[in-house]
Amino acid sequence: MARDVRLLTEPFNPGQFIGPFTNAHPGLGGVCTFVGEVRADDDAVEALELIHYEKMTLAGMEDLADRAIARFDLMGLLVIHRSGVMRVGEPIVLVSAAAKHRREAIDAVDFTMDHLKSDSWFWKREKRADGWHWIEPRERDHTDLSRWG
Amino acid sequence: MAVTLVFLGKLADLVGTDQRVVQAPLDWQGLLDELQGPIGEAVQQDRTRVAVNGALLADKTALSAVSGDEVALLPPVSGG
Repeated sequence: MARDVRLLTEPFNPGQFIGPFTNAHPGLGGVCTFVGEVRADDDAVEALELIHYEKMTLAGMEDLADRAIARFDLMGLLVIHRSGVMRVGEPIVLVSAAAKHRREAIDAVDFTMDHLKSDSWFWKREKRADGWHWIEPRERDHTDLSRWG
Repeated sequence: MAVTLVFLGKLADLVGTDQRVVQAPLDWQGLLDELQGPIGEAVQQDRTRVAVNGALLADKTALSAVSGDEVALLPPVSGG
């Protein structure tokens, strides 16, 4: 089982990671990849900043990856998350799972994303014309999490 | 040596810095004495968690930090 978990503080190109990850698992039945980017649904948002805590954030991501691996029958799992200031259209997160069968790969990505969104050590704020505003937790993220028991 | 307090997320805005060095040892009452005003109220809220050297405390009022420890004050996460 190959587990690759990274916390990046600079912009990244998802394709640069997905290609090698797929090639590293010959004989796989399927790869499922999710890439999350900074949304452009509100013109007033000039930038987004994610803040992490050195002593806990990456360790928490690694623990989450281990739980996904224990729960689903995978050949490999790749988890990449940005920290720092990002602009609209920049990738924030990449999760890719390789498995013998598609359902395991799809569910592993869904599980990992739900937990990254609601249960990982990141604090988020957005910059508008009048300055920075902290983003509070969303109820939807918690209902997403409850799907996994 | 001393204890380093680390303020995450909006807690850093409440104190105007993301780190502060305080005298060791430090227990829960000592922390509250150190953090007066809005930051003290925020730290006492149920949803604010406390970690020592990266390990989350199940009961933050049991805080018992010694010289060299890093105490992190963690408001609710807003997700990745």
